[in-house]
Amino acid sequence: MGKCVLAVDDSKTMRDMVSFTLRGAGYTVVEAENGSAALQALNGQKVDVVITDVNMPVMDGITLVKRIRGLPSHTGTPVLILTTESDQGKKDEGRAAGATGWIVKPFSPEKLLQIVAKVCP
Amino acid sequence: MSATADPTAIFLSEAQELMEQLEAALLDLERSPEDRAVVDTAFRALHTIKGSGAMFGFDALARFTHLVETAFDQVRKGALSVSPALVGVTLRAADHMRGLLERPAEVDAAAGEIILAELKQTTGIATSGAASHAPAAEEAEGPATYRVRFRLPANALEMGNNPALLLDELRALGECTVAALTDPVPPLEEIEPSSCYLAWDVVLTTEQPRSAIEAVFIFVIDDMELAIERVREDPQRLGELLVERGDATPEAVNAALSRQDPVGALLVKAGDVTADRVASALAEQDHVRKVGAGAQSAAPKGADSMRVPAERLDSLMDGVGELVIAQARLKQLAGASDNLQMKSVAEEIERLAAGLRDIIMGIRMVPIGSLFGRFRRLVRDLSQDLGKDIALHTAGEETELDKTVIDRLADPIVHLIRNAADHGLEDAAERIAAGKPPQGQVRLSAVHSGSQVLITIGDDGKGLDRARIRAKAEAEGLIEPGAKLGDGELLQMIFQPGLSTAKQVTNLSGRGVGMDVVKRTIEALRGTVEIASTPGQGTEVTLRLPLTLAIIDGLLVRVGEGRYVIPLAAVEECVELSEAEDGRSKGRSILNVRGDLVPFLRLRDLFATGTPPDPYQKVVIVASGDLRVGLVVDQVIGDHQTVIKSLSKLHADVENFSGATILGDGSVALILDVARLISFGQTREDELKTA
Repeated sequence: MGKCVLAVDDSKTMRDMVSFTLRGAGYTVVEAENGSAALQALNGQKVDVVITDVNMPVMDGITLVKRIRGLPSHTGTPVLILTTESDQGKKDEGRAAGATGWIVKPFSPEKLLQIVAKVCP
Repeated sequence: MSATADPTAIFLSEAQELMEQLEAALLDLERSPEDRAVVDTAFRALHTIKGSGAMFGFDALARFTHLVETAFDQVRKGALSVSPALVGVTLRAADHMRGLLERPAEVDAAAGEIILAELKQTTGIATSGAASHAPAAEEAEGPATYRVRFRLPANALEMGNNPALLLDELRALGECTVAALTDPVPPLEEIEPSSCYLAWDVVLTTEQPRSAIEAVFIFVIDDMELAIERVREDPQRLGELLVERGDATPEAVNAALSRQDPVGALLVKAGDVTADRVASALAEQDHVRKVGAGAQSAAPKGADSMRVPAERLDSLMDGVGELVIAQARLKQLAGASDNLQMKSVAEEIERLAAGLRDIIMGIRMVPIGSLFGRFRRLVRDLSQDLGKDIALHTAGEETELDKTVIDRLADPIVHLIRNAADHGLEDAAERIAAGKPPQGQVRLSAVHSGSQVLITIGDDGKGLDRARIRAKAEAEGLIEPGAKLGDGELLQMIFQPGLSTAKQVTNLSGRGVGMDVVKRTIEALRGTVEIASTPGQGTEVTLRLPLTLAIIDGLLVRVGEGRYVIPLAAVEECVELSEAEDGRSKGRSILNVRGDLVPFLRLRDLFATGTPPDPYQKVVIVASGDLRVGLVVDQVIGDHQTVIKSLSKLHADVENFSGATILGDGSVALILDVARLISFGQTREDELKTA
């Protein structure tokens, strides 16, 4: 059974890129285009890792992380946030909200796989 | 979900959309400069274009957009207000971005600089010369040994961190000795299950620089305790080591040393150091010694081996078999009793027996290369006798199999290679006519797959002649004329006795070994034979064999009063057969498993148990090759270390059973012959289909 990754990003390009890379490595990928769609997707779906962008309409990534940490079923689920240019402020904000780690954009497919493998056995 | 579409094309079309959004937002801002939602939209569009652009090689676009985005970030944070001048320059910047996106080669970089300079003037933010940090080059040193001591924040698990993965990453860096410090773990009743109490001492010898170790902890490094120290590579005394690690004071060590017991035990007794920390220091001592010894004595590596008569190994195997049976009895007794000490001894013995079993089975394993070696000569001889140019390719010689299995495999493989060379490969003229190189290829390979070994014999010849197989099978009365058969079923026909498709029997195949004998031999080894053939391209026969014949992992089930063992390697899954479903499927015996129709056999009917069925019968779905059959049992008891005993001569021909085993309570359970049951189940299914 492949591990399931929830990719949250308002950019279809980014979602496709993440999906394409992870599917190739045998993961199952579920996509959501903002935080509240992601919460809906998490409801009743077994998700092993969440990868989320920070800047999104409707519900941003930081709020999403906080909401996920409030869900009893997903307290220990690894959540990775996508940040740019090693933006320290966003990293700290994400971590304070309960994110497990971060991925710095732009990233290569190898880097993405490496980081996902870091939090997902 | 267009995962296969060209990502660059998707990016381009998305970027166009974003540019439109950006322009619309900017125009809106001109009218209502205070609208925060519009500012956010503009910022997000810039942000996404920058992020995605950099990933798809639009570097100039990403660099330029980054600077515009920086300015807009100020607006978003309220540090800068929207002015007509800002909107104007941003619109021009957007035009420039469009250029960079659509015709990156033709765009004038100087025009971009002018826009950026204007933007700077409007916003007062430095917008040129984006800082580029080149990561400081690191020089990898030779192997060094580090002591990595770390403790994760208590909420690490809730945050989705997994210490086991961190330890795995450290292990990937080099040779690693891990010791867990359990002294911070509170008593059971106070434990918060989601908290992380443990700390770890890891001694790691690696070629990687220290930064590689730090990189492992990148996500947690700010909140955790982490100490990475280089350790001396010469073994130290335990006392010195504890002092160096800061776990004990020199005075305490000296005081302990003045007495004559092992220093670690004394320090623990005196309460100066916890037992964990001593154990961890001892582990480090060991690690350093081992690494040192490994460096010194790389040369004389144990090439020691000795020859032992096979029968001694057989009797050892028998002894281990008896031990496993006795252990099963002990387990059953311990399971029924309340005596905790007895339970713990029983578990210990179970572990030891399993270890012993693995060791003895390992001793009996022989690389299959010894068998492959013989076939080189065979192919050379065949090549001369048949007047065909044949090359043999082998792979996987190092694959290990039980010696008994290897000995019994020789004849079937000889037969399959003869078949490939004689009937499969065409002669040179035919091959050239078919556009193939004149030299025929025969491939022989072995590979491990779970608890099985796959041996494949393939050729690049003309493939099996399906029409001739059908004609022959019809002539022999094996199938009804015109009967509908799947391709797999048709190919399986060649394993029927009396079916030879060769136009004439050459002296080479005159050994009395047909494909039916091959199949029977492999099935006697509890293996299966699969065949695949493509006309004009060749035939491939795959033998699937268990690693060993003596002890297997089995699934113990109950049917009526009797208990039976199903080899675990063949079991795919267990599903429930409710009374309602049982009633509904009467006569049809077909089960719907997630959309696949699987025929099933009621073992209680087959074995005529005469007892009423359990209300919740189970179906154990077993597979052999592509074929699946469900076996209805009354109860699935659990896994069972099965020591295989052969049936007596009187019972050796009994269908559907391949052997017997002795259970923990001393009773006998029969081992089901899965291959036979599957073919029986499929035959019944075919009969029902035609009826």
